[in-house]
Amino acid sequence: MLSIENLRSGYGRIEALHGVSVQVHAGEIVALLGANGAGKTTLLRAISGVQPASAGEIRFEDKRIDRMPAHRRVALGIAQVPEGRQLFTPLSVEDNLRLGAWTRRASDIAADLARVFAMFPMLDALRHTAAGALSGGQQQMLAIGRALMAKPRLMLLDEPSMGLAPILVDQILTTIGELKRSGMTILLVEQNAHAALAIADRGYVIATGRISAGATAADLLADPRIKSGYLGA
Amino acid sequence: MAELLQFTFSGLTVGAVYALVALGFTLIYNASDVINFSQGEFVMLGGMVTVFLALGGVPLPLAALLAIATATLVGLALHRFAIETARGANAVTLIMITIGASIFLRGVAQVVFDKRYHSLPPLFGDDPIRFGGAAILPQSLVVFAGAVVILVLLWGFIDRTLFGKAVLATAANKLAARLVGIDTRRTVGFSFAVSAAIGAIAGFLITPITLTSYNIGTLLALKGFAAAMLGGIGSAFGAVIGGLLLGILEAFAAGYLSSQYKDAVAFIVILVVLLARPQGLFGRAKVERV
Ligand SMILES: Nc1ncnc2c1ncn2[C@@H]1O[C@H](COP(=O)(O)OP(=O)(O)OP(=O)(O)O)[C@@H](O)[C@H]1O
Ligand SMILES: [Mg+2]
Repeated sequence: MLSIENLRSGYGRIEALHGVSVQVHAGEIVALLGANGAGKTTLLRAISGVQPASAGEIRFEDKRIDRMPAHRRVALGIAQVPEGRQLFTPLSVEDNLRLGAWTRRASDIAADLARVFAMFPMLDALRHTAAGALSGGQQQMLAIGRALMAKPRLMLLDEPSMGLAPILVDQILTTIGELKRSGMTILLVEQNAHAALAIADRGYVIATGRISAGATAADLLADPRIKSGYLGA
Repeated sequence: MAELLQFTFSGLTVGAVYALVALGFTLIYNASDVINFSQGEFVMLGGMVTVFLALGGVPLPLAALLAIATATLVGLALHRFAIETARGANAVTLIMITIGASIFLRGVAQVVFDKRYHSLPPLFGDDPIRFGGAAILPQSLVVFAGAVVILVLLWGFIDRTLFGKAVLATAANKLAARLVGIDTRRTVGFSFAVSAAIGAIAGFLITPITLTSYNIGTLLALKGFAAAMLGGIGSAFGAVIGGLLLGILEAFAAGYLSSQYKDAVAFIVILVVLLARPQGLFGRAKVERV
């Protein structure tokens, strides 16, 4: 479904991805693991098109998308829950969700809004509250809800559990599992390798801008480097 | 007492125009972080295009509409060819670009129009309305009413439509806006267009009172900027209050001190705000940017 070949990308003259190749098949959860600064966020930004690719290819359902503007990639079916949530903090919870559906026709949005509120009931009670006033956990749910409103086929999640209490981490991971069962394809960035591999089908390890390992979740879990929590190389 | 009232009225009239210019600054700044020093040229175009079309026999309402359209196109072109092309440039470069655009527009206006001052007939005549010993020009009320209508329409549009929300979203977090699929070039371009249209409307509304000429833009941009700073850069409400306050301060300085000091007020306001309260009256202490 998503096929990345030899992707290079960076910030100004500093290259952060030195030829990354990653495959995500339809219906999978693929975990992307790596230490701080390895290039995980850069990769997701490049897939979404908010970060230019200097070389290589990104294909989504066999269509080249690496030169496509970000907004058209969303319309094709790629949504992202970005690092740090990036909500529209002055806008209400409901407005954040409605804007999540920006690329879609207006007619069927009410049903999806209801579905997101059913999934995260606490957001329903806060629908007129400014997003910036929510707690960290609520903000993360809103960020996920906003991405769901785009009805994506591929969902990119960048450290959705960062900074959350363990019980909320579990809840987020359960939600991601449910999304998979509903047929969604997921690329999940996590620092917590064990938690991510517990729900993933496959995983990649990225180290200083290069893929250093790629295998099934079970194989990766058995890998001594991951067992020891060392993701540096 | 009558004097005070008189100065207040004339201050509020000019202040309404400053408020609109400051609002234009705010719209563009929020959408794109650009401080647009060619904002005053939109006001100039609004007045001058209306004047010259009217001289050419075009009925006034149509001339005014065409002036709005012209300024809007110029605003869109400024965004597309000057700001978009320099995307990623730092704030100082972008300010230089807008100053360059302002000089360019003034030059073109001087050639296409002329270097003289022009007026337009006031909408409801010249007979002043007496009120508490002060005299108000009917056109002052027109300027004021125009400003109120613009504010209400703009607020309604931004607050009540999804496109308006997308403009707010772009201003709040451009990365997130792109990630939900908003074409931020369109929303930012829209902000330039609206800002230009607002400037043009201010331009032909105020011309019967203050006259217009090819070179009024520079000082107006400066005053609009002072007003926006006074209100707090980025705050639409602050821009309006800042504009009205600046207008009143100017009128008092001109009335009670000397008209020579009028234009210095804006500079003093900028200095005082910078030194004493950089966030202005209604700005957030620190603007959160991603
Ligand atoms: N805006 C930026 N400007 C310049 N360099 C950047 C920028 N963002 C990231 N980098 C650099 O690019 C490299 C990859 O960063 P990236 O954010 O993709 O890592 P990451 O794997 O997401 O890390 P983390 O786990 O901390 O989120 C790092 O060396 C980082 O310093
Ligand atoms: Mg990251």
